[in-house]
Amino acid sequence: MSQITSTKTVPETRSDFVISARNLTKSYGDFTAVNGISFDVPPGESFGLLGPNGAGKSTTMKMIGGVSQRSGGELSIMGLDPNRYGPEVRAHLGVVPQQDNLDEDLRVRDNLLAYGRYFGLPKSYLQPKADELLEFAQLADKAKARVDSLSGGMKRRLTIARSLINDPKILLLDEPTTGLDPQARHILWDRLFRLKEAGVTLILTTHYMDEAEQLCDRLIVVDKGAIMAEGSPAALIREHSTREVVELRFGSDRNTTVASELEGIGERLETLPDRVLIYADDGEAALEAVTGRGLRPITSLVRRSSLEDVFLRLTGRSLVE
Amino acid sequence: MSTQNSTAPTSLVPRDRFLGSLYGRNTRAVIARGLKATWGTNWSIMVSGFVEPVLYLVAMGIGLGALVGTVTGPGGEEIGYANYIAPALLAVSAMNGAVYDSTMNVFSKLNYSRLYEGMLSTPLGPLDVAMGEIFLALLRGAMYATGFTAVMGAMGLITSPWALLMIPAAVVIAFGFASFGMAVTSYMKTFQQLDWVNMVMLPMFLLSATFYPLSVYPGPMQSVIQALPLWHGVEMLRQISVGIFNWGTAGHLLYFVVMIAIGLTLTTRRLRALFLK
Amino acid sequence: MNKLPAEAAAHPVLGLRSPLTPSQTAARARRFGAFYYADMWIRRMRGYQGTVLMTAVGTPLIYLLGMGTGLAVLIDANSDAGFPGSNGSTVSYLVFLGPALVATAALMVSSEENTWTVMGGFKWHRTYYGPNASPLSSGQIASGHVMGQAFRLLLTTGIYYLFLLLFGAVPQPETGWLMVFTALLAGLAFGMPLLAFSATLKEDRGQLTMVQRFVVMPLFLFSGTFFPLDNLPLGVRWIGWISPLWHSTELGRVLSYGHPEPAAMTALHLAYLLVLSAVGLVLARRNFTRRLAG
Repeated sequence: MSQITSTKTVPETRSDFVISARNLTKSYGDFTAVNGISFDVPPGESFGLLGPNGAGKSTTMKMIGGVSQRSGGELSIMGLDPNRYGPEVRAHLGVVPQQDNLDEDLRVRDNLLAYGRYFGLPKSYLQPKADELLEFAQLADKAKARVDSLSGGMKRRLTIARSLINDPKILLLDEPTTGLDPQARHILWDRLFRLKEAGVTLILTTHYMDEAEQLCDRLIVVDKGAIMAEGSPAALIREHSTREVVELRFGSDRNTTVASELEGIGERLETLPDRVLIYADDGEAALEAVTGRGLRPITSLVRRSSLEDVFLRLTGRSLVE
Repeated sequence: MSTQNSTAPTSLVPRDRFLGSLYGRNTRAVIARGLKATWGTNWSIMVSGFVEPVLYLVAMGIGLGALVGTVTGPGGEEIGYANYIAPALLAVSAMNGAVYDSTMNVFSKLNYSRLYEGMLSTPLGPLDVAMGEIFLALLRGAMYATGFTAVMGAMGLITSPWALLMIPAAVVIAFGFASFGMAVTSYMKTFQQLDWVNMVMLPMFLLSATFYPLSVYPGPMQSVIQALPLWHGVEMLRQISVGIFNWGTAGHLLYFVVMIAIGLTLTTRRLRALFLK
Repeated sequence: MNKLPAEAAAHPVLGLRSPLTPSQTAARARRFGAFYYADMWIRRMRGYQGTVLMTAVGTPLIYLLGMGTGLAVLIDANSDAGFPGSNGSTVSYLVFLGPALVATAALMVSSEENTWTVMGGFKWHRTYYGPNASPLSSGQIASGHVMGQAFRLLLTTGIYYLFLLLFGAVPQPETGWLMVFTALLAGLAFGMPLLAFSATLKEDRGQLTMVQRFVVMPLFLFSGTFFPLDNLPLGVRWIGWISPLWHSTELGRVLSYGHPEPAAMTALHLAYLLVLSAVGLVLARRNFTRRLAG
């Protein structure tokens, strides 16, 4: 086919942002999953949605992915409204869903070829592309394997390879490493980092702060369908937390009672069921102050602040329960 | 608690006993779980299971009966077509239920719901699981047989009090198929292979003198069918339904006793392959 | 990223560019999406082609041997009149049974592909969600699923018809071959509404088993398949009247041996099957869209 022209004329827009959301809302009956969130993503950025389970991250991703109709607000992907231009929007995207949905009736390489067919891509492109992607996903020796024989990490990499079959400029990743062991996560992060270097815009959701810190240039912290904060990981930590944190464990029964005796040390105190956190710019000094008051924690740890602390500060709850 | 070793009064080493490594002597727990699962969540599926043979009986007995008229029964007398097929359908139902429970059901619990994985991480052994599942299959078979016999009674198809013996006889048939089915399942790797089980069952169902006498076939074909278990089940129940017994009846029964013995031996041998992969 | 695995640097960066722009792929998907999905559906069938072929070949053989020849001996001997054919002639039980068996095979395949397969797509393997993230629309996935199973249905009914010819069960092959398609319609007329239903199931709590027991089995047994529908009392005869299987079987009998019935009746059979298929497909597409793009 020499030239394909769509029956409808798709609006050509030259927006500065590949994704732009204004007051994006999604409700199911009485329940509001996403409650008026707004954000913009420039091309090439690695943009994260960080939040606990049920925060509305996946729902947002589905709306961006053009498989869920929004209830209100505005959304544009490459200048297109996904409600109207579903196929066009999805043609721009690569999607890695939260749950793998590989085709177990097809072999590993055939999964890539079959998926490419949904984009109407010719075999002459798909054959070498599939091999390239298998190489990229470190699955070349598994090309003829059955999908159900793959490990969790391999399935995840195959799903990512599949999402790249149409050579997308935007990749949506919903909880890309949930359920993987540490080594598998690191391999995956490396692959994603390479895509980012190649100029692919990454949109990812996660409830792992280390993942967000590793991969995201900028992120929004989401809770109960609303944005709590926005910025780069470092800026968020700077803004909402201290440089260091002291973690103290006095035993489940004593944490609460001891907390009152810690008043005045550091900038701020958080009492959790299993530990007490002291936020201070100098952790060692804060720990010395604790022992100076004659308190003997069972364990103590001084560490740098993380996004977990930002989330705790913003919502009063821990990110991973 | 008796212990083998007098110097260690609380030895954890169990006494050697028959199939000790495979058998935790707690089949009851497996049965109790099965009953709870059935009555707790899917009793309607379970109860409705006896509907299929009843539908066959009504449709074929009435609709086909009008075309066929009467058929020669076990004692040489002419009987109605519904009377003729009813015991056969009961035998088929006993076979189907037992085969389903010991193949498809076991296979999916093994590979999909991973139910047995949990059971076998307790002191339960594979033999407990196998015996529990077979017992549950037979219990179910007995209930279906009772229901079906009641329907036969309501339709006026019971002509002899001996017919009540069809219920235990159906359980014997189910036992034969269930003990074999589990051994067969131990060789299964994929769900698709289970379709082959159906491909063995379908010809047995249609060809084993269920809907018409064996005499319509040529001699060699008759011998092949007479070697199949379902034919023995059908003939046995047919004889019981009218209360006519002869050496043939004993032969049919013996066929199933041997089948059960061989099936259980095979299943026990294959338990490791089946459950402890 | 701070630490890259040492061997990572050896891997090539993705170099191959897509020959189509996103708007071109979208345009193709809009036009051919359903075919793309059907194509894939048929490819996947290779994964269980053993089952498909075994069912498609084994079932006719067994039914024709068992019912078509075995039971036929009993029936042809007992019912002196035979079954009414064209122009006052009569036909044998085997000829009477043939079209019913072909349509039944379609019903059985359809009852499988529109229940378990659909649960697999939405829940067990989530195979619908992959393509749903591609430019394909949810409705196209539903339509592609239907086209794919139509292929399998035609394969099944086609092979069955060849067996009928082999057994000498088609007196009028010049029109008889059309039963391959009227049987396909039995599969679709039953399957499309079922597909619409299955697409709404969030979980299989035995509903599909119930459908098998209380819908498929009664339709199979009370649709004038093994005996004329008129042999049944009125209390159950209505099952045949609403059954796609009965309508398709009657059509097949007209085509195969000139089963006498008014032309209006034949038209009614055809219309019923078409309407049921069409309504079912519309509902199925709607339910797929609700589920996949709600």
